[in-house]
Amino acid sequence: MTETELLTWVRGPGFQIATIIFVLGIILRLFEILMLGRKANLAEPKGSEMSSGLRTVFSRTIPDASTFKRSAFTVTAGYIFHIGLFVVIFLFAPHILLFKDIIGFGWPALPSTVIDATAVVTIITLVIVLVHRLRDPVKRFLSTFDDYLGWFVTILPLITGYIAFHRIGMSAPSLIAIHILSVELLMVVFPFTKLMHMFTLILARWYNGAISGYRGVQS
Amino acid sequence: MTNDLSRKDKTLGEALRSQGISRRSFLKFCAATASMMALPPSMIPAIANALEKARRPSVIWLSFQECTGCTESLTRAHTATIESLIFDSISLDYHHTLQAAAGHAAEAAREAAMEENNGEYLLVVDGSIPLGNPGYSTIAGISNYDMLMDTARGAAAIISVGTCAAFGGIPHAKPNPTGAVSVGDIIKDKPIINVPGCPPIPVVITGVLTHFLTFGTIPELDNLGRPKTFYGQSIHDRCYRRPFYDKGLFAETFDDEGARLGWCLYKLGCKGPTSYNACATTKWNGGVSFPIEAGHPCLGCSEPDFWDGGGFYKAISMPTENITKTTIYAAAAGVAAGVAVGATGRMKKASASKAHQKVTIDDLEK
Repeated sequence: MTETELLTWVRGPGFQIATIIFVLGIILRLFEILMLGRKANLAEPKGSEMSSGLRTVFSRTIPDASTFKRSAFTVTAGYIFHIGLFVVIFLFAPHILLFKDIIGFGWPALPSTVIDATAVVTIITLVIVLVHRLRDPVKRFLSTFDDYLGWFVTILPLITGYIAFHRIGMSAPSLIAIHILSVELLMVVFPFTKLMHMFTLILARWYNGAISGYRGVQS
Repeated sequence: MTNDLSRKDKTLGEALRSQGISRRSFLKFCAATASMMALPPSMIPAIANALEKARRPSVIWLSFQECTGCTESLTRAHTATIESLIFDSISLDYHHTLQAAAGHAAEAAREAAMEENNGEYLLVVDGSIPLGNPGYSTIAGISNYDMLMDTARGAAAIISVGTCAAFGGIPHAKPNPTGAVSVGDIIKDKPIINVPGCPPIPVVITGVLTHFLTFGTIPELDNLGRPKTFYGQSIHDRCYRRPFYDKGLFAETFDDEGARLGWCLYKLGCKGPTSYNACATTKWNGGVSFPIEAGHPCLGCSEPDFWDGGGFYKAISMPTENITKTTIYAAAAGVAAGVAVGATGRMKKASASKAHQKVTIDDLEK
């Protein structure tokens, strides 16, 4: 297989397989959760579930003062790499082109130098976050294979993308093919790991808010 | 003059002088060649010296499954450049497009050159070799494969000119009806220099020839057998439109404002980021321009399988298949599977609560 053939495969059948597993897996898992249902609450409702739930979906984005005080590092580092991932994935011109090809519309891109710098910051933050996880006894105790796998498949496309952008070590077709392959690995693993929090966080936050709303307390 | 040129004992220096090339222009060519091949200025006299004294090497040029575009590229320069004169000054003993001889006389010339310069001649090949059936492409009744194997045996080195000879090219494109392969696919025991491109840049051929005449060796090659001096950097990295890519300024169509302002052609399918060639630096037609400068994205013609690379006008980051359809089908399948799995879960829950046996005080007192 030549490097052009590899690149054509990862852009064609490879991406198709990854998309099927990614989309099918996410929807399957969401339905699995939603169809579990909830036990009927026999207590008298003291407030609205829906409004409290929806508010909490957004309000939990900002940490409350005591949480921030307790784990300032986790919150700050978490913010940095999540925003970094958003910028790198959704605001790089070649990536926007991919979304445009699938959903039919695009949006303005950031200059590639900004993306480049953001990628470096994100990679460094992810490495620091891993070191922190390994050094903190509580976090290490709570970590499972799932956490490390999720970290690995997240940082891998960042690193391969950075190398492909700068064409380091190998020829460009191979580097781009490896980058796309690493994204496909992320897509395949995504629905079956904690990375699903990208979608389930909305459900979880809503549910937390809804419970409080039903009881008529602040969430 | 033709007689003068064809004298085989003449050195290259003598041949060039007889063409009216001054020493000054000759040294300018040597300096340009040295810088092009990334050699230090101290090498210029060495190049001049070697070229001056070089005996005209015998070159046999075999054309197989090709379109003659490579030969056209080399011989149809608008003005007689020193590059083309050097090319004229090699002893091109066999080239069935250019030679006057035909039929048996032509084949006799090839055989004579092979015998006279055994182990020393350069073999230039353009076009791919069909392995599907020897009858797909023959010259004087000899199949391309047989002629290549026979001629390669006594060659000092082989230069595969053009993407067809280097990587199979267009004949090799799917579904490859003739079973076309590259020279490197079937010859493993000779040094092969790949000079791909559809067609390749003329100055790259003369650069490789100059290197061979000066040092008697083949230049440093990359992982695809291409001289690093010419194929060391991607079109994208040397493109004059690169600043627009970095700023995120792209032509969206061939006739929009961006196209008129000369913005980056990435979104129109430019293969510059994955293509290695010297177009952006040496340019074409005597340094006038190159495809991107003319407003057309790079096709990546110097890369293997460029014809099957997922479409010339599809950007590299775009999938080659219809992913929208795939997503819709996968989502529908996901809903169906999710409902099925969810229903199984509910059933399990229902049967579990049905089978649940309550423990009473009496049970505990038993």
